[in-house]
Amino acid sequence: MPDPESDRRPVIHVANLRKRFGKVDAVSDISFTVAPGSITGLLGGNGAGKTTTIAMLLGLVEPSGGEIEILGHPVPGQRHKVLHRMNFESPYVDLPHRLTVAENLRVYAMLYGVRHAAARIREICAELDLTGLLNRPAGQLSAGQKTRVSLAKSLINAPELLLLDEPTASLDPDTADWVRGYLENYCARHHAAILLASHNMAEVERMCDNVLMMRAGKIVDDGTPSALIARYGRQNLEQVFLDIARGTGHAAQPAKADTSR
Amino acid sequence: MSEQHDIPPPAMSEPVIQSMAAWRRIAAMILRYSYLIKGSWPRLLDLWYWPTLQIVLWGFITGFLVEYSSYFAQAFGVLLGAVMLWDLLFRGQMGFALSFFEEMWSRNLGHLLVSPLRPRELIAALLAMSVIRTLVGVTPATFLAIWFFGFNLYELGLMLIAFFICLIMAGWSMGLLVSGLVLRFGMGAESLAWALIFGIAPLCAIYYPVASLPDWIQPLSWALPPSHIFEGMRAILIDKTVRYDLLLSAFLLDLAYFTAACWWFMHCLKIARNDGKLLQIGE
Repeated sequence: MPDPESDRRPVIHVANLRKRFGKVDAVSDISFTVAPGSITGLLGGNGAGKTTTIAMLLGLVEPSGGEIEILGHPVPGQRHKVLHRMNFESPYVDLPHRLTVAENLRVYAMLYGVRHAAARIREICAELDLTGLLNRPAGQLSAGQKTRVSLAKSLINAPELLLLDEPTASLDPDTADWVRGYLENYCARHHAAILLASHNMAEVERMCDNVLMMRAGKIVDDGTPSALIARYGRQNLEQVFLDIARGTGHAAQPAKADTSR
Repeated sequence: MSEQHDIPPPAMSEPVIQSMAAWRRIAAMILRYSYLIKGSWPRLLDLWYWPTLQIVLWGFITGFLVEYSSYFAQAFGVLLGAVMLWDLLFRGQMGFALSFFEEMWSRNLGHLLVSPLRPRELIAALLAMSVIRTLVGVTPATFLAIWFFGFNLYELGLMLIAFFICLIMAGWSMGLLVSGLVLRFGMGAESLAWALIFGIAPLCAIYYPVASLPDWIQPLSWALPPSHIFEGMRAILIDKTVRYDLLLSAFLLDLAYFTAACWWFMHCLKIARNDGKLLQIGE
């Protein structure tokens, strides 16, 4: 039976998280939560700390301070208790180019302990329109096809938490739109949570239930896309982003006490 | 969602479940490297080419030396045996390091390190690949030596297995050392994989006894496990004596170096994690 208590517990709980590289504060004292079944956007300019934040959640970067709890377990201390329940996709990492799509997915299905791996691979490839590419080496695919294969890898274990770093970068508008729809549908079907770092404002505005605006390693504002747009007196999220990134804009209305922070 | 993961029978204890999962992840990595070799004929050819070439070259040199040197006439096969054992060490190191570099070259390390694969399981898979690549590469060359030059390495009997274990352990230690350096300093350190092993070759007494080295170098030579193995091989082939003392000292040294090398690799991984290098690392 589903446990109502764990249904309400945040998938990600971050408190006072910090990362310092030498003399540079890449992430400064950020706190936020991500609710089950929600899509949260991490927005910010280059060097704002989005990728570092995601890397700390994944355990790829050791935090300098603060606390992270994912699916009820402290990270990085107990990261191996939750890694099989989450997954990740980023343009900064690739799948082995010389392995075929099927070989890549088979290896990752084994790594994640996926039951009935062959059936799962068939299922995910059918959903992502990859069936015809199964025997093609990953390195010979177009950018759009590679993104879909990476997405298939990141969904192979049907994760409860998906961390995505610019998932639609390098995709044409049609494919990008299709991927967004697919991810929204995935979240709804599986009650999974997504933390999404993106530079695409339209994407964030469309997909995200909550947005964390980052600048210089800090969360400078957060809220739903519509609340942020209203608060800054702007017409869309891109204008809000520019205001925050350039430090030129100020919220016209004070942020409400936000339960997610 | 959880139906996608392994749900073991309830009778199994937690350590057994964890152990089975660890073996499955190691098998996944071995499968990954096997796919890579299987799908690339240049890689497969490379495994065989160099050991075979070495045997052919040193086989002819041995034939010449046997004719003109009383030392080699008495101990036919010393050079060929040394070449083959050296290749075990060399292939052992490269088998480990190259498999690790594949993850760097393909920028796949980030995916692996956020998967349930643990670093110690990655090391175990790399060790297994080192053994597989070494056996696949060197075994045909040993049969070529029998067929072409009449030298049978397998006449070393059980000692060959002991030599193999000691030499491949030394190769693993160097593979771990170099892979750690690459984690710490990036792909610029990749060339050390070749430089390091050829750098210690003169000290390893592969083709000559340790006693023939200058006095002040001899302690350095004895500090390296391969020197003990090559001396042991010569003792069998020339003196017809099995030197268990040399075998034991090689094994103990190997254990010490291997433990230190594992620590070094894990330490470099920790530093790379701290410095944020794991996400960007690659060519």
